[in-house]
Amino acid sequence: MFTWDLLYGALVFGLLLGCFYAAVSIGLSLSFGLLDVPHIAHPAFLVAGAYGTWWLGGFGWDPILAGLALAPLFFVLGVVMYRIYYAMFESRGSDAGLRGLAFFFGIAFIIEVALILAVGVDQRLVEATYIGKSIDLPGELRVPMRLIVAFGVALLLTIGLMLFLGKTFMGRAIKAVAQDQIALALMGADPVKVKQWAFGIATAVTAIAGALLIIVGPVDPQLGRVYIGRTFCVVVLAGLGSMSGTVVAGLILGVAESIVLTFFGASWAPAVAFGLLLIVLGVRPQGLFGR
Amino acid sequence: MHQGHKHFIVGCAIVLALSLILMATVTNEYVFFATYVVLQFIVLATAWNILGGYAGYVNFGSSAFFALGGYAALVIFKSLALPLGVQILVAACFTGLLGLGIGLISLRLRGIFFSIATVAIAIIFETIITNWDFVGGAKGLQVLRPEPMAPFTSYTKMLFFVMLLMAIAAVAIARYIENSWIGRGLRAIRDNEEAAECVGVPTLKLKLIATVVSGALMGAAGAPMPMYLSFIEPVSAFSMNYSVSALAMPIIGGTSSWLGPVIGAILLGTVQQVVTVTISSEINVLIVGVLLVFFVVVAPEGILGLVRKLRAGKGGAK
Repeated sequence: MFTWDLLYGALVFGLLLGCFYAAVSIGLSLSFGLLDVPHIAHPAFLVAGAYGTWWLGGFGWDPILAGLALAPLFFVLGVVMYRIYYAMFESRGSDAGLRGLAFFFGIAFIIEVALILAVGVDQRLVEATYIGKSIDLPGELRVPMRLIVAFGVALLLTIGLMLFLGKTFMGRAIKAVAQDQIALALMGADPVKVKQWAFGIATAVTAIAGALLIIVGPVDPQLGRVYIGRTFCVVVLAGLGSMSGTVVAGLILGVAESIVLTFFGASWAPAVAFGLLLIVLGVRPQGLFGR
Repeated sequence: MHQGHKHFIVGCAIVLALSLILMATVTNEYVFFATYVVLQFIVLATAWNILGGYAGYVNFGSSAFFALGGYAALVIFKSLALPLGVQILVAACFTGLLGLGIGLISLRLRGIFFSIATVAIAIIFETIITNWDFVGGAKGLQVLRPEPMAPFTSYTKMLFFVMLLMAIAAVAIARYIENSWIGRGLRAIRDNEEAAECVGVPTLKLKLIATVVSGALMGAAGAPMPMYLSFIEPVSAFSMNYSVSALAMPIIGGTSSWLGPVIGAILLGTVQQVVTVTISSEINVLIVGVLLVFFVVVAPEGILGLVRKLRAGKGGAK
């Protein structure tokens, strides 16, 4: 069953897919990796973003435009959610772990069921000029245009976020709050406000990533479950809070999944991310580029 | 404490007697069919609480234990045609072993990492079962119920009674753990694992006890499922609803005592049964999620905590 052509195809698809995985995980890398918020509802927001894109697509909106339009709304949502999390759990300390986890788990579940109630369990697709076409790469390989577009946007999104964190004042403040909250407070900045901004940005990025999700393939409300594995796998493999690590980890997962998909069949693919995650947690919990 | 012990045994005896009367008098099968689900949730919620409530390790993968209990029972039934009791026993042993595995994972992983690992285990086992043709793979498998055993007139009544015994056993085990040195140790782990380790609490041993007991009980709760539904299929068996319910019920009832999961399971389980019949099964799942978030935010000690606060308020007024 093994041929070099198949391997070549799997590698190319894996790299394209990997960049996309980095984009869907980068919001989590910010909220969970840098801010230490146990944001298990991240994949649910991703799916919600995809459905928002689908809904706007019904009015003739281009998916990427729709994702950008949803971003401010998701920013506000993220800010509100962090305020609740902070007031109810983080500021109380001790017992925050269990309750905070249950809180986000509950939110994820509510989003999933609300989507089922609103639009049903059927798979949804979007239409755009670049969806359905494909281009030829050297080596007689046909790659769907949708993957290329998702790849491009994912790359821009990830690089954009990295530049924001490294070059702007707010971005540096976010990095600072992750390093030493008390020191930031002593400098006269309010750590809660910075974190609230960061969480909002992480959620806004998730909206755009959600648009990519529905560009890459059909979406159903329960897709979030599989993406718990993929996003947490990428973030943990990267090393918590490492943005460039997120890209490398995304590529590793993309290639691994693509190879399993090609040589073992689609029914084994969901286990790849979770298996890789378990291995990383067991062997090197601090990830590739961990703090 | 001795007085409380007596009350507990009398309470169990009363529940048992009432169910026997119910089985002798009521002929409507649906009563048992519905009550079975509530009882199953008592076992599941109690099992979750032993690890989650006492030790503070949040298991998001309860559905895996539940489903694997069902599949283990199915394998025993299909290959050896052994009776229900043996199926449950084997299922409990198997998921108890899986619990041991989770316990070893908890050596290295805490908090959210432990929880994510449990989700990972759930998905990996679901994928394995989906790819295993002997148990029906993705399509699932129809199961023919055998004849009910001697004193029982119908198989549903028999399943109801078996689940009732398991619920009583699960609660008794949880109550024993809570009041013994194991419970004290687990609470120490929940409050501060390093400190507990430093003062000589055998954390590893305690965690392994908790994960094995919790896992075995969850598997036992799932073991009769293929017989109960006459059908088993991976997507519904590994459904996230079981994981959420197993965690929501103790949190809503109150995680600090064995009574919390029982209250939560009876309350939510009954509401779910009523809503599923009268409105829709999606709405009932939504109710669980909303109640979970509501209680976590507003009343973190659950219903038990609310009652305790109410009593303390009255006592202060005197």
